[in-house]
Amino acid sequence: MNSLVAIAYVPDTETKIRIAADGKSIDESDVKWIVSPYDEFALEEAIRTKEAKGAGTVTVVTIGPERAKTGLRECLARGADEAVWVDSGDVRYLDALATAKGLAAVAKGRSDDFLWFGQKGVGYDESLVGPMVAELLGLPHVGNVVKLELGDGRVTAHREIEGAHEIVECPLPAVLTAQKGLNEPRYASLKGIMGAKKKPISEKKLAELGVPEADPANAKTRWRKLDLPPARQACRMIPADDPAAAAKELVRLLREEAKVI
Amino acid sequence: MKFLVFIEQRGGKTRKASLEALSLARTLSGGPAAAVIAGKGVSALAKDLGPYGAGTVYVADRDELELYSNKGYVGALDAAAKEEKPDAVLIAATAMGKDIAPRFAARHDVSVLADVMELRLEGDRLVGSRPVYSGKARAEVDCGAAALQIATTRPNVFPAESRPGAEPRVVTLELGEISPRARVVRIEASETKELDVAEADVIVSGGRGIKGPENWPVIRDLQEALGAALGASRAVVDAGWIDHQHQVGQTGKVVSPSLYVACGISGAIQHLAGMGTSKVIVALNKDPEAPIFKVATYGIVGDLFQVVPEVAKAVRAAKAE
Repeated sequence: MNSLVAIAYVPDTETKIRIAADGKSIDESDVKWIVSPYDEFALEEAIRTKEAKGAGTVTVVTIGPERAKTGLRECLARGADEAVWVDSGDVRYLDALATAKGLAAVAKGRSDDFLWFGQKGVGYDESLVGPMVAELLGLPHVGNVVKLELGDGRVTAHREIEGAHEIVECPLPAVLTAQKGLNEPRYASLKGIMGAKKKPISEKKLAELGVPEADPANAKTRWRKLDLPPARQACRMIPADDPAAAAKELVRLLREEAKVI
Repeated sequence: MKFLVFIEQRGGKTRKASLEALSLARTLSGGPAAAVIAGKGVSALAKDLGPYGAGTVYVADRDELELYSNKGYVGALDAAAKEEKPDAVLIAATAMGKDIAPRFAARHDVSVLADVMELRLEGDRLVGSRPVYSGKARAEVDCGAAALQIATTRPNVFPAESRPGAEPRVVTLELGEISPRARVVRIEASETKELDVAEADVIVSGGRGIKGPENWPVIRDLQEALGAALGASRAVVDAGWIDHQHQVGQTGKVVSPSLYVACGISGAIQHLAGMGTSKVIVALNKDPEAPIFKVATYGIVGDLFQVVPEVAKAVRAAKAE
């Protein structure tokens, strides 16, 4: 069972966000980069599938600048076998369709049973790329997977929806997107970290993958402006010396001032 | 400017978030919009869409569409788009909407303004605003060079406005064979059949301050008094005090209810990312320095085991008036 796991290398969720001088991107100095947390669930599931079947390879792929290779190394240290780095060159912003086209071009020349994605990349938070790749390759997909049962040439995936799970049967090959709850990702062992240095990272150039949207003039979605959200009004503190009186005052404010109950 | 809105239904019940998207389409276009609904036995739902802004409703009513499949439902949306030839498509950013929108977009060689919280028109171009980087920034986005513009709208943010008016024109879609490869075989409702935080208008959440899972009844009491959904911080989910489906935050659900009551939640950045766009936030916490007070509208510093039951009591008294 071969898996291709697409990862995004994104700013740590603890990062203080500052707006860059262009007014439409973030200032990347002092940003700590991490593998997007949902991609870790995807990678872990791919490794577990390989372990369960006792055969296959797990390949991680990302599109990004040079620093994204560090993310690939982390994945190799955790147990992926090989990696593909798609060098985005000078391109600083890729919309979801451009990313999906680049990844679909990589996947096309391979024969993976599973194409794994996180259900969203933290930062952009769009939840678009996985299903787009499925559509571009004509594959079925199951999104938001929280549990996976392996069958013969097919899987049963539990997909999280509002207040319920949809149990989906899906033939392979398929695109799956991982939701929290799917598994507990392992940490890289020291042996894994040492071993990762010897594992291969093959390189491709985005410019050679035939993605017209990588040119900003052709982008199908754009960020026109990035700013900080307006500050919320200062919190109105209600004295709590007498909890009953404080509760009454709170409920009065919620009814009469905020009008939400 | 022609809009087509995908209307989600499950079990014959139209999703409110879809009515919000439909009302938004009417507001933006300044007139009725087209809608599409898919499922089994859904023809009867079509006329109910008129008051929310549908001038035309495309109906895909087939036995094979009883349970969701992205192939079947994207196919229905696609068939409606071929008839209507819209300039823009709106879809509520629910689990189903997020599953449909990217496939439909890729099929049309475009992308999606995902999970927008504001949407306006500049001429005939959509301009959206959406939170990015855990809500620490917001991006103003548009569809660049795209011929077809698609946006998914965050639930609970836009009003669903019902107005009297003419009944919509109903068009039955002719669909070919529907044989999805990825097929829903059954739906397992969560054991408690609780209101999901992602679609609740009021949420009461508990964090580490509740001290242990045995104390959920204190929070549940207020939740019930408010008719709210139960939320939780990552800390208590990771500690195993409650299931992940309740988690609000960066790696949980992103919510925008009218009222969010945070009980014993300090307000880690990941949590604020998930609820910072709530309209009104109440923070109940014993630590006056807790970051949650920086985003709260109203705050009470105190012992939640004393304060929360009193708030529940006061809510019940107020509702009984």
